[in-house]
Amino acid sequence: MIDPQALPSAPTGQPQVLPLGMDAFLVRFAPVFAPQANRAALALGEQARSLAGVTEVLPALTSTMVRFDIPETTDRATARAALQQLVDSRDWLALPDAPARRAWTLPLSFDGDDAPGLAHAAEQAGISETRAVEQILAAKPRVLAIGFAPGQPYMGLLPENWDFPRQGTLSQVPAGALVAAIRQLVLFANPSPTGWVQVARTSFRPFTAGASDPTPLRAGDEIRFARASADELAGLADHPLGGATQQDLT
Amino acid sequence: MTASLRIVAAGPGLTVQDLGRPGHAAQGLSRGGALDPLALHEAAALLHSRPAAAIEMPGMGGSFSVDIPTRVALTGAPMKATLDGAPLRWHAAHPIAPGQILKIGGVERGVVGYLTPGAPIATSPVLGSRAAHLNIGIGAVLQSGDCLPLSDDPAPSRPACHLPGAGPFGARFNGGTVRLVPGPQSDMFDDAQRAALGQATFVRGPRSNRQAMQLISQDDPTWHRAAGDLASEPIQAGDVQITGDGTPFVLLAECQTIGGYPRIGSVHPADMGRIVQAGPAPALHLSFIGWEDAEALLASHLAALARLPASVMPLVRDPADIPDLLSYQLISGVTSGDDLDPTAR
Repeated sequence: MIDPQALPSAPTGQPQVLPLGMDAFLVRFAPVFAPQANRAALALGEQARSLAGVTEVLPALTSTMVRFDIPETTDRATARAALQQLVDSRDWLALPDAPARRAWTLPLSFDGDDAPGLAHAAEQAGISETRAVEQILAAKPRVLAIGFAPGQPYMGLLPENWDFPRQGTLSQVPAGALVAAIRQLVLFANPSPTGWVQVARTSFRPFTAGASDPTPLRAGDEIRFARASADELAGLADHPLGGATQQDLT
Repeated sequence: MTASLRIVAAGPGLTVQDLGRPGHAAQGLSRGGALDPLALHEAAALLHSRPAAAIEMPGMGGSFSVDIPTRVALTGAPMKATLDGAPLRWHAAHPIAPGQILKIGGVERGVVGYLTPGAPIATSPVLGSRAAHLNIGIGAVLQSGDCLPLSDDPAPSRPACHLPGAGPFGARFNGGTVRLVPGPQSDMFDDAQRAALGQATFVRGPRSNRQAMQLISQDDPTWHRAAGDLASEPIQAGDVQITGDGTPFVLLAECQTIGGYPRIGSVHPADMGRIVQAGPAPALHLSFIGWEDAEALLASHLAALARLPASVMPLVRDPADIPDLLSYQLISGVTSGDDLDPTAR
């Protein structure tokens, strides 16, 4: 377990501006996941894009990376001061929950090989497999961050009984695997080893190299799941977006 | 007809790489590109061009030919190279004629070598780069028989040249001390853990690839720290992740963009070439430096990079390397001199 003494800040504490390599900084709003820290990370990311000399912004679950054109356009001290000023300009952790602007519906199979970890996840969550499927279908999680691999969403939160850890041993999951741990879901773009538990599979691929929008999901999007059979899922593989649909909520 | 570079025989794992796709981290796409970008800068200096796409050769090369007169720059880890059987110097650029066979063998030191044609590789860019990023399905491993389209070489007849002593970055193939700067999670490790890491001896592990390099050590990994329920945070090439059993992995070009394992520090950009090019034998040591030193080191590294073109020298062939020396017309154009004097007519 993590030693709280060693953690630099609590979710309600002061955000930290920390160095990340020679040309970037990380603004950390909380060391462990908290919804208000996630909102803060996304909101700061939007504002940080317009700071002088910024080349890249990556909002993650509870922190935001801001990269500057150092040393060509600015220097570390100037960049850090500008970022610190933005961080100090408001109480980012007090931002209210904003409604999703877009919703996606993804087809999801819980059949056989599509859900090799469903029984284990249900046991960890203290419920039956049937109830586990119901809870996932009812969850309507938000995209908390895009990352690890292209377009790949971290989604949450699931109900509190899903707060089980990632597994110590890694297992191999296929592209389209929906995996669960720590009240979150991740949808894998590519075959990958992972400590998360595969509870379902979708025909939607979060990254398509040649597409006009290769990574269609955005942080903040709402995700709805529609149950499909393994056969139906296989039939959707050739459809645009693997049968996923998107609607505007505004 | 489009000019092309033909891969007559491909060694394992050859890919096209350039400086990658910066700026897409928010979409989950790391920069990718050449494992050793210095080698692309060296090739650019040798070819009098901008850094361009190259063939990255991890350990072994292959046989190559072109169908237009051009030049080839050979940079990165030194490998045995011949042109129609005649040995070619590494860290150099050489003219190559259509039909000649360029053979590149195994690395002599280091990890990954680069072949850059003077006629730029003209494959279709994806998201602004020609680099293969295999684990997400961009590009492919080059196979025997593949042909890469080439643009025109702006100066195909420019004579051979080289970087004497392998150039200003020539020491990076021998392992040694790699300097680290603290990262956002360094404070989650205590002083004793950071000190233990600094005292350990590492070598490249077998579980190294374009995504990360495994550092293995005989020393007790007292620097291990469990991730616990730490939220995954942005991560980038150079970061030193401490994985579940304490094994450090240095993230490389094709790394993930968000990671959950705690990171004890980051390799200074000036030492990325040294870590990437450390083969399985040379010992590596990790040494934390302060920010003042880190900034001075970055400035001197960038100054050395800017000096690369000035480090290039003409390559004078050693007569001992020329097998048929007597067949060359070594003295030509001898005249009485009258024809050079316009007033003598």
